[in-house]
Formats: sequence, C-alpha cells, structure tokens
Amino acid sequence: MLDLFKGYKGRALEVLKHFQARVWGDTEVETTRGKFSGIILPRSENDDDKHIVIKLITGYNVGIDVDNILAMKEVGYKEAHYKIPEREFPFTEGLPHVKLLGTGGTIASRLDYRTGAVIPAFSPGELYGAVPELAEICNLDTEKLFAVFSENMGPEQYKKLAVSIGKEIHKGIDGIIIGHGTDTMHHTAAAMSYMLQDLPVPVVMVGSQRSSDRPSSDAALNLMNAAYAAGHSDLAEVMVCMFGPTSDEYGLLHQGTRVRKMHSSYRSTFRTIGQVPLAMVTRDSVTHIRQDYNPRRKDKQVKVLPFFEERVAIVYYYPNMHPDIIDALTDNGYKGIVIAGTGLGHINKPVYPAIKRAVAKGVQIFMTVQTLWGFVHMFVYDTGRDLMSMGIIPGENLLPEVAYIKLGWALGQTNDPAKVRELMLTPIAGDITEGEPYNGYLVFQGGIPEVEEFIRKYHK
Amino acid sequence: MEKRNYHNWMLTREKVGWVPLTKATSQTWSALGFKCGLEVHQQLKTAKKLFCRCPAGRYHDFEVYDAEIVRHMRPTLSELGGYDGTALMEFKTRKKIVYRINNDSACTYEVDDTPPFTLNMEALSHAMQIALLMKLKIVGELHITRKQYLDGSIPTGFQRTTILGIEGEFPIPNKTIRVIQFSIEEDSCREVSDHRHTRVYYADRLGMPLIETVTYPDMLTPWEAAEAAQSIRFISRSSGKVRVGIGAAREDVNVSITGGTRVEIKGVAHISWIPKLTHNEAFRQKSLLEIKAILNERVADKDKWEISHALLDIADWKKHGSLKPFLNEGWQLVAVNLPQFAGILSWFNQPGKLFADELVDRLKVIACLEKPNLLHSEQICFEEHGTHSLTDDDWSKIKIVLNSAANDSQIIFWAPEEDIKTALETISERCKMAFEGVPNETRKSLPGGITLFERVLPGADRMYPDTDSAPIPILDEQIEAAKTGLPVSLSERLQQLCDWGVPTDAHTYILRNNLMPVLEELSTAYEVSPKQLGLLYAHTLKGLQGCKPLPFDNQRIADLLIFVQKRKLQKDILPAMLKELFHSPNMQFTSILHVLGYAEVNSEEIKAQIPLLMGMWKKVKKRGFKRPDALANWIMGRLHKPALGSLALAELRSFVDAAIAAEVNHA
Repeated sequence: MLDLFKGYKGRALEVLKHFQARVWGDTEVETTRGKFSGIILPRSENDDDKHIVIKLITGYNVGIDVDNILAMKEVGYKEAHYKIPEREFPFTEGLPHVKLLGTGGTIASRLDYRTGAVIPAFSPGELYGAVPELAEICNLDTEKLFAVFSENMGPEQYKKLAVSIGKEIHKGIDGIIIGHGTDTMHHTAAAMSYMLQDLPVPVVMVGSQRSSDRPSSDAALNLMNAAYAAGHSDLAEVMVCMFGPTSDEYGLLHQGTRVRKMHSSYRSTFRTIGQVPLAMVTRDSVTHIRQDYNPRRKDKQVKVLPFFEERVAIVYYYPNMHPDIIDALTDNGYKGIVIAGTGLGHINKPVYPAIKRAVAKGVQIFMTVQTLWGFVHMFVYDTGRDLMSMGIIPGENLLPEVAYIKLGWALGQTNDPAKVRELMLTPIAGDITEGEPYNGYLVFQGGIPEVEEFIRKYHK
Repeated sequence: MEKRNYHNWMLTREKVGWVPLTKATSQTWSALGFKCGLEVHQQLKTAKKLFCRCPAGRYHDFEVYDAEIVRHMRPTLSELGGYDGTALMEFKTRKKIVYRINNDSACTYEVDDTPPFTLNMEALSHAMQIALLMKLKIVGELHITRKQYLDGSIPTGFQRTTILGIEGEFPIPNKTIRVIQFSIEEDSCREVSDHRHTRVYYADRLGMPLIETVTYPDMLTPWEAAEAAQSIRFISRSSGKVRVGIGAAREDVNVSITGGTRVEIKGVAHISWIPKLTHNEAFRQKSLLEIKAILNERVADKDKWEISHALLDIADWKKHGSLKPFLNEGWQLVAVNLPQFAGILSWFNQPGKLFADELVDRLKVIACLEKPNLLHSEQICFEEHGTHSLTDDDWSKIKIVLNSAANDSQIIFWAPEEDIKTALETISERCKMAFEGVPNETRKSLPGGITLFERVLPGADRMYPDTDSAPIPILDEQIEAAKTGLPVSLSERLQQLCDWGVPTDAHTYILRNNLMPVLEELSTAYEVSPKQLGLLYAHTLKGLQGCKPLPFDNQRIADLLIFVQKRKLQKDILPAMLKELFHSPNMQFTSILHVLGYAEVNSEEIKAQIPLLMGMWKKVKKRGFKRPDALANWIMGRLHKPALGSLALAELRSFVDAAIAAEVNHA
C-alpha cells in the first residue's frame, strides 16, 4: 500500500490532510506556541497520533502537538533517498576465502536519520565501504539467507543455515562467518554444533552489542576478529566471536555448545560457561587457550545433520510450580522437555504426578541446572533419586539452552527413548565435559580489594 | 635571518591592520565585517545525571579511579554516503581512547554498555524555566538526537541532545540578541591527557545535564559578545537552578568576518576572555584572506599546486643541536618543499603566532606529533617556540635536497615511520586550504587570547535520531506550571538596578550571584536602602572575595543586618563589620564591634569635638592643605572611627560643614 503519510495516523493524519501537508515537505507551521519551520518527517508507527515531527534546519528533530497547529504552509519539498556507498571488494591473491552468511542481524548498518530506520550494509561492496580493513584479512563473499531478527531464528532457519554451510564447505571455502543478532546467537551456535559435525574449517558466529550506526560500535572490530578467525585460525569448530573485555582490545572464540549471553547490554556479554574459551582473537592474531580442539583440514568433508523436532520445550522451574505446567505440555503433544532445575537438579513434589504422567506418555525429560555452572547431581538428595526413578534423565553439564537444542535435534532423528538418551548423553563438540576446570567458574565479586585491584589494572 | 622573518611578521601584522583590543574601536570591527554568535553551555543543578541515575557533580582527582576502559571511534556513514569531515579527520588520528571511571560517579551507561534510562525530569523542569525566561517557543515533543563527536569525549561517540525551544531573545545593554535554539544535553568527559596516539578522559562529568543556548550572530563587536554571554549567565542564574563554579558554564564562540568562514572557538572558560579571543580571531581570518590573495596571484593553477618531500639522512643531522632532542630512536626526518610559499610561513597569524603555527597545530592534532614537531625556513623565536632553529647554511643544504626554487619555503619535521603519511597529507591539505582562505574549523582557546586548531567543524550530517529513546510530549499544563515559578526577567532587573541608583559597575556581581531577590528581601526587612545593600555586596564583599568562594552563606549577612538593626547601629558600620566577618566567619557580632573599637556615643558628644578639632587645625594646616574642603575632610578623618555606628556619617558631615560655615561667618 502506498503510504503517503508515512507512519501518521489518527488525529495527526487528519491534521496533515486538512492542511494538505506532506511528509518530506519543507513546511512552515504556525502553532499556539509560535512558528516552527522544517521538513516533515515520517513518524515511527509505535509513536502517538498527537504529534508531527519536523527536522529543523540545524538537523535536530522536534515534535509539534497537532492540537496546537493553526496553519501549515509548504515552501519546499525534500525527499530523502539513501544508498550505502558501494566500493568493489578488492581481491587479494594469497588471502583466504571467507563466506559471510547473513541471517538478518545487522553487522554493518547505518541509520537513515530521517526515518529512523536501520539500513543494513551487507554486500561485500557495502561492507568494504564501512569496514575497509576487511580487505586486508580475507577475500570476502556474502550471501543473505534470511532477514529475520535474532529472536525469530528457529528450526527452519537452523536447517537451512546448516545445509548452506555444508554446500560452501564442499565448494572449498576456507572459513564461514555467520552474521547473527546476539539475543539467540548461542542457540544457533548450539544448533550448528550439532548439525555440522566433523568440520574441516572454522564456522564463526558474530554480531554486535552496539549497532554499527554509532561510532563506538563493537561491530567493525567483531567483524574483523571473526574474519581473521574464519580465514586464518586452525580452529575447525562452531564458535561465537565477540568482545572479550568491554574495551576495544580482543575478542574471544567461544565453543558453540558452552557459550551463553550473560548480560543484556554489555559488549563482553558472551561468556564460556563451565569451561574456558577456545582462543583469544584480534584482527591479526589468534592465541589459543585450549589445545583440545578440532583442527582445520584440507578435505572438503563435513557431516550435515539438519534435523529438528519442534515439539520440545524448556521449563524453568520455580518454587510452587504447579503440575499443570507439565501437563499442558504433555497434553499438547510435546515430545521432549528440558527442565532447568534448582541446585543440583531438583523440582518439588507437587509436580511429581505430572512428571510420571508425561514419562508414561513417552515424553523425554532431561534435567539441567539453572545455576548454569556445575553438573546435575541427582544422587546426592532423595529428591534427585525420586526424580530419576520417575524417568527424568540427568543432563550432565549441558547448559539448559544447549540441552534444549540438542533434544530437538535428537528427537528430529528418532523417537526411540534409548537412542535419544544415547544421543543426548554422548558429548558432542564439547557440550558435556568430563569435569569442570577450576577456572571454568570465575564470576568475580566487585568490591573485594583484590578484585578491585585487578579491574583497576586490567581492562575488563 | 631571524630578524628578516620577524620584520616580515611585523610588516604583515601592519598590513592586516591588527591593533590591540584596547586600541580598537567599533570602526575597526565594522570594517572587518565582524560577526559573532554564542553557544553557551550551562550545567543544571540536579541531583542525578541526565540519562542515568548516577549522582551529578561528583568530581574526582584524575589519578583516583576504579577502572579503565578502552575504545576507538569509527566514523559512520553520513546520509549522503560520505563521511562527515570531522569524523574522517578523527579517524585518521587513530587515537586510542582510555576512559577512567569511578564507581561513585559512573555506571555502565557512561561507558556505553547499557542503553539510556528515561530523561531526568528534574533537568527538564529546570531547563523549561530558563527557556521561558528567554522567551523561547517550546516544542510539542522532545526528540532525543545523537550528535556525533569522534574526539572520544563521549564514549558512545555521540552526545544525546534534545531541542526544548526555538526562537527566543534576551537583552544586552543596548540591543536585543536573538536565540536560535535551546537544548538539553549531556555533558562530556573531562580530558586528562592527550599524548601521541592515546587520549585519556575521566568520566565523572560525563552525562551531567547541560542546557545549551545558541544565539544568532547578532553581536557585532567583541564587547557585545561578552555582554551577551553575561546576560545568558544572569538569566540562567536568576532561576537558581544551575550549577556555579569552575567549568559549570562554558561558552563556544562563533566568529566570522566578511569573506571569512564561521570558526568556532570552543570551551571558553571565562567570559572575560571572549573580547580578546574574538578580536584576535577576526584578525587571524583577515590575515588568512590576505595570504589567499597573494597565493592566488603567485600560482596560476592552484589545483596543480603540490608539496614535495624527501627523507633526510638521519646520520647527517642527528648531532645538530636543534634536532638532537627530537630524533627518537627509529624516527625519520622529512624535508618538505612548499612551492611559492616564501614569506607566507612568517605571516602574522595571531599575537605571537605566525602562519606556520597553523601547520604545527594540525600536525599535533591530526598526525599526533607532539610539539615542537617541525622547523621551517622562516622561523621566528617567539618565547614559546623555544630557541630551536637552523642556520641559513642548513637550509641551503635542505633546499638542494628538495631542489627548491627561490620563491619556495621549506619545512623539516620528525616522526615515526607510520605517522609520516598522515603528516605529509596534513601539511599538503592545510597549505592548499590557504588558497581558499579561512578553513572551517573548531579552535581551542588559550588564556592569552589566542586559539589553536582543535578539529574540523562538523556539518549537519552528524545528527541522528536516538533510536534508544522515545519522544517525550511537553503538555501545555507543564509550561503553565513552569511559568508560575518564574523569576523576574533580566530587562526588569536591569531597570530596577537603575531605579535604585546602583552604579553599573556593581550590576555584574549582583546579577551573576543572583542577589536581586536577596537585595529585595533584606532591604525591605531591615531598613537598608537597596543601593547601600547592593554596594555592600558588589563593592565590599566582592573586593574581599576576589576569585574565592564565600566563607559563609547569605544567611550570615542577613544575621548581620538583624544585629545592626537590633542594636540600632548606623548602617555605615556594615562594610567594616563585613570585613571582619569575612576574615573571621565564626566570630560573634559583639566581638566584631569590639575589634572595631566601637563604643556607643551620642551625637552631642561627637559634636562637642568639632570646635576642639577646628582649633587644632590651625596648627596642622601650615603643612600645606590647600583644598577648600580640607578642613572638613580632616575633621571627618578624626571623627569617623569614634562616630562609626553611632552617628550616620552623612549627618556628622553636615554638623562639621555647619560648624565650619558658622566659624567663617563669624570671622
């Protein structure tokens, strides 16, 4: 539909129509508060219908209350057209070939400052215009697979992504970058870890915590780090590449099955849980932290296992949980449930009948811990033993989200409880570890003198 | 050689027509086409910051911090697909920005690790009052905008700012100044240091609420510019809602002359600096316009003009006394030829500055080369340039290397390999700008009334809507509510001061300290004339105070007035008592009287002294008192102290005059 009055509705729309004023019109507006002159801008659809937005000559935007408007006169018209400049991405002999697959997250973008819309830069040419340093790291090619927000990534996208990566690997690519929104990046990382096994090249997921339309964005550095990791590193793993500290210093390469977004807004939001990261990365170096990784190979072989059962749920247990929560899942035909239990992996007695009922109906239930760090240990207390006897399977130290993805992937392949159990409990890509390294749990407590000394000295 | 260059500098200064500020007249500035506008930043007095809940106004010693965070700023694409000029320049400098934070005054918002919280409503209501005092038209809805700054002074790379009103006005003594717009914005970090490729900031001031008043270029003399800054200060302070003290108010001053360009002098800390800064800037522009004319005459095709350069052999020069201190290990020495620039480098630029300093300053900012960073063939040893220079012989050698022509001038600079490219581009770029006249730039003010290059002036391309914040409607009721608490307007206050007979030299102190309400209240309550009270503050107290803060608050002065009234003392004693009080703020008023030697006397006792003193006068007058009122003054001098507080001095004087008149008549 042609929207002449971009985003305006209700009262504001009536006023614009009444005065025959247009969006993009350079307009003089007489109001009870005085005269305002500027270009009428589109309005964000979520904003109210009581104001009209104009851009003053100084570049600032202001809103005018429509009920105060006495007259409007158009004196000019200036529609904004915007295009990201493209410069051909230069080919450099000897640099690795890297493919960037886009899922809809905006790695490089800028804001159309008139509409407020974020315009993504995505083609190699656009990316080169925004982050020219990339050309010194690799020969880059890009493909936009989907245009969805991170929270809308789901089984369909996982499968398509895994298949696409498989194709690129067969064609002989040296490394893959996946541009992804950060909110569910660790879900997708887990999905790729299961769907792509025995990788010959790095698969690096990257995003940004501060959008690239701002000068202090982490996007450019993350992208450079990811390009280096994908093109040059020896780590043929599914990894998340994001800021190590919040400072612009180095990125960390987290294994896709042990990584989690841990802060709603920090740049250094991704942390490896219960393990240490694979490596540190900069735009021109990789420093290994772990030695037990899958090394890069020259063959173009990868196992692609694009399976996923959608009727799987994750239940975050809380005291006083009623059995109907579990019943509802059972009655709705769910095939698998991952419980994030308290402490070592517990839930309360009132839920027991619902658990029994679910198991009887063939629902596979796995226990994980909402403490995130540590293993499920269900032999320690009676509760745990009761739960196991009812058929709940302890999920070792699988992170709850990872267990959810793994269960979906396993149930996508088979409904046989024994096989599902075997798939679930067989360590894949480091998702279950034999033990937890001592430095796998380091949540520093601010205020303690030695911690304060540390953060004063090192850039966190 | 040195002399020759200095002679050229003096000659060109004359050609430009530079005169010291004190010798200039309005004719001087109107001939230049001088125009000036202001952007005044004033911190609001709020408990918390503008977009987070950290306390405002808590400053720390630069070395006391809890953590450091490192960022680099990248230019973002502008609407037209290019990069903003400032952005590109700042990116070229490749600065590593370090932020120091203290948990007392910063949270994750300051370091851009969390989106903004909702705008501080206390700040909005404070700002609204001041906006109404300047008769601004209030917008219907606030839209938070991002204004890009890539110098690193704000960790996000932009300042969140929003227009509250447009088109207002305020008075200065002889005219009305128009206001373009009035905004609320967040303050930036304080700079700790800037050396080579690292700049350090402290994030305590960051995020404090500011208001910015932008005027039209209505000021046509440097003095008017200062008056306008004063008026804005008076109005802001009359609201009682703003912070005072060092750094609480800062002026950016825009100056242009006919044929010149708008140049912004940033962060002027004292209003008293404005006249000299704007005056000198006007002549700097004039000088650049003269240079433009000369260069365009000398060079037929300016588009083909280009510098050339050569690396000098370090071995030949490293022992040279003037170069030795600067040639760090691994640095190189680069000679640059500027064709047709003979006599240009030593052109007058500002007092104590020559054209070559424009290159020096840009090399410091853009190529990160600390000063001194170059020597040139027209060196003049002004004090701050030090005594480093090369001899004519040295330059002859360099000219041979560069294959220079007679009408060229030369530069040598020293830099690490990685900065040479940017340095050469910077020199070339600035020299090419000389053919165009006055570059669009932001300059930093120095105390002596001169300025330094700070950065390229940003364009309108750097404004973006803040997608992290929703618009905030401003209702009519909010405006009406703000109007009810408004202080008296500045024009009314100025009229009041005239009506009271307070001399103009006392106005500034009274208005800048927002004393009008105090004068009104105290003069009514304690039977002191507003004029007398005004002078007590603006002469006596100001003289005692100097630049220091007051050792007591206004209530102590009110208490003093109560005391004087209760004891039925004459008001003449107030300045003397205030003086003692200032030095000993906790002393009791009775003790102060004691220190002053006050003893209650009645007028008859004092009067009785007059005939005695007249008798004594006959013995002293031989020592050469010639003035007709010498006798009266002499007697007043003897009786002033004993009478103080007991008898009004004006009354005493009338007794003395009457007694003398009677004696004359009698004779």
